[in-house]
Amino acid sequence: MEQNARIRLAHGGGGTLMQQLIDQELRRLYADPQQLLHDAASLTLPPGQLAFTTDSYVVQPLEFPGGDIGSLAITGTANDLAMAGARPLHLSVALILEEGLPLSLLRRVVGSMVTASRACGLTIVTGDTKVVERGKADGLFINTSGIGVVEASQPIHPSRIAAGDQLLVSGDLGRHGVAILAARHGLQLDPPVLSDCAPLWPLVQQLLQRGARIHCLRDLTRGGLASALQELALAAGLTLQIEEERIPVIEPVARCCDLLGFEPLHLANEGRFLAVVPAESLDRVAPLLEAWGGSWIGSVLPEMGEAPVLLRTAYGSSRVLRPLSGELLPRIC
Amino acid sequence: MSTTVPAADTRYARSAEAVERLAAQLAATATRPWTLMEVCGGQTHAIVRWGLDQLLPEGIRLIHGPGCPVCVTPAATLDAALALARQPEVILCSYGDMLRVPGSRSGDDLLGVRAAGGDVRLLTSPLQAIALAQAHPDRLVVFLAVGFETTAPATALLVRQATALGLVNLALLPAHVRVVPAMEAILSGPDNQVQGFLAAGHVGAVMGTAELQGLVQRQGVPVVISGFEPVELMAGILRCVQLLEAGESAVANAYGRVVQEGGNPEAQQLIEAVFEVVDQPWRGLGVIPAGGLALRPAYAALEARHHRPQLLEQPQPAAAQEPQQSQEPHNLPVCISGQILRGVRRPCDCPAFGSSCTPEHPLGAPMVSSEGACAAYHRYRPN
Repeated sequence: MEQNARIRLAHGGGGTLMQQLIDQELRRLYADPQQLLHDAASLTLPPGQLAFTTDSYVVQPLEFPGGDIGSLAITGTANDLAMAGARPLHLSVALILEEGLPLSLLRRVVGSMVTASRACGLTIVTGDTKVVERGKADGLFINTSGIGVVEASQPIHPSRIAAGDQLLVSGDLGRHGVAILAARHGLQLDPPVLSDCAPLWPLVQQLLQRGARIHCLRDLTRGGLASALQELALAAGLTLQIEEERIPVIEPVARCCDLLGFEPLHLANEGRFLAVVPAESLDRVAPLLEAWGGSWIGSVLPEMGEAPVLLRTAYGSSRVLRPLSGELLPRIC
Repeated sequence: MSTTVPAADTRYARSAEAVERLAAQLAATATRPWTLMEVCGGQTHAIVRWGLDQLLPEGIRLIHGPGCPVCVTPAATLDAALALARQPEVILCSYGDMLRVPGSRSGDDLLGVRAAGGDVRLLTSPLQAIALAQAHPDRLVVFLAVGFETTAPATALLVRQATALGLVNLALLPAHVRVVPAMEAILSGPDNQVQGFLAAGHVGAVMGTAELQGLVQRQGVPVVISGFEPVELMAGILRCVQLLEAGESAVANAYGRVVQEGGNPEAQQLIEAVFEVVDQPWRGLGVIPAGGLALRPAYAALEARHHRPQLLEQPQPAAAQEPQQSQEPHNLPVCISGQILRGVRRPCDCPAFGSSCTPEHPLGAPMVSSEGACAAYHRYRPN
């Protein structure tokens, strides 16, 4: 297709243009192009419990420092499976394209999806493509659903969190959120902050292989660490307390947050998780996470009544940590 | 349009050792109770975020001032912005926090107008309005210009450039306020408790110390220009308590790395050239003499009311009769935002705080803005 070509309504019409789009642009998503010839994929799955999840991706801008909507759509869904202790196996990919979307952009996004699938060790086995009129979608929306096989011997679930458990994060926080905000608001960060978008299963697999007992895992996407802590505290009916000094945040992220009035703990991450482990597993888990830039950040207390999540500052004072309220809006001065 | 993020080294400004040392010095200095007001909402936010008030000796009390431009922008100005934003040919733009502030009716805000189809845009610099006006010659771009002397120079620059370019489709809804007259009004209030001020460092960076010297001479209270980081705030509190203990009223600069005595003369000249000092209604506080900045008559053509007189028949904003205290229609009797902005009461004294008034459903402006005292308490304190 020519250089400046754009998506037309006919690309979704089921006719020759659609066939051309599939053949020239989308076929490479599939490890086995035979899958394309049928309405549904037949899968042979390993024995054991399965995990199944779905997520839709509507990020703007479609391309941002360190990733794009394609890498996000594959990695995000694979990471949701990993949080259930499951190895990601297969994904479906549904694309909703807006009339006028540059084909060159679609090509780059598809390329990222292929790369991300390999990095996550999964295959795309079925898909769908629709085209909607100009103005009815924001360039490109992607839905992916994923299936994986649970390799954790014990269930990983918020209901298993107990007082005395320890809290750890798998890396520094806020990079994805800052990358998106900077792209949206035209902020030139020096050095630039790239999205942390990355597969989480390899690290989860290491934890499981080392025999670490894990009570709960949560990826720190929308709403960041603050929302994850709040959700888990409420689900478990316990108080979570974290030490602000121990939370890893790189300097450019902290600086950008200071400037715009954001809390790094509210920013989205796409390659970071929170682990809740029993105290006796801390020695096994902490070194593994620290090797990835992670850290111990706090512990689970009996229900204290004050607020679900407490944060102790470097000065020994204490405050509550609440989830983000409303939209992320930069403040004025 | 892009903004380069400046480098800032906050390692010392957040040093736990330095904060601990200053807290110890403070404990050794204070011999009796003192009540200080930090003027700026950014300082309130930092104090509550870092829990600095928990580190002060007993008897040293911080009360939170009205220095949140979003909180004190008159409801009448917001109503005008909402009316303009509902016009299909208007692009209404402002800073982020302004988009969530209700007008005189609770729940009626610019984000709501945007959701209903209005063209409301968020700017990080006023000059972005010029590009918008040039890109949309068939529409009227209105900039809701709020803030203290910190943002006024940027608005002045916008006015200058728009005039030089002869842009006919750019208008301003100006609501700039001056901080020193508000400090004076608080000291003159019948229920004043403030014995010393922490003045806002970034206003000092623009305006220097001259206006504060006048205030100190007239009112006989110490004023310490302070920064926004934990070490800077603790140093400011310590300096203010030292002055109070010594019985001295003076202006001290505890933010020397940023604030020069003369301020930023270039920015002052810009403000002076474009604005004139006027009496100005402050939301929750009433009309403050000399408390605001209005466009000079030479720039009257840039006023939004010049473009849409039928929509904005209310005189805007200087002579508008802002209802005194918190008698505004949306401020339910239960909301005490006026008293909070004057530092007479604290957010947790309000019966609505955290129950019927939350950042999602604010009853008063201090709960809306990230610089508002109620929002800071709600974000960082148990209800």
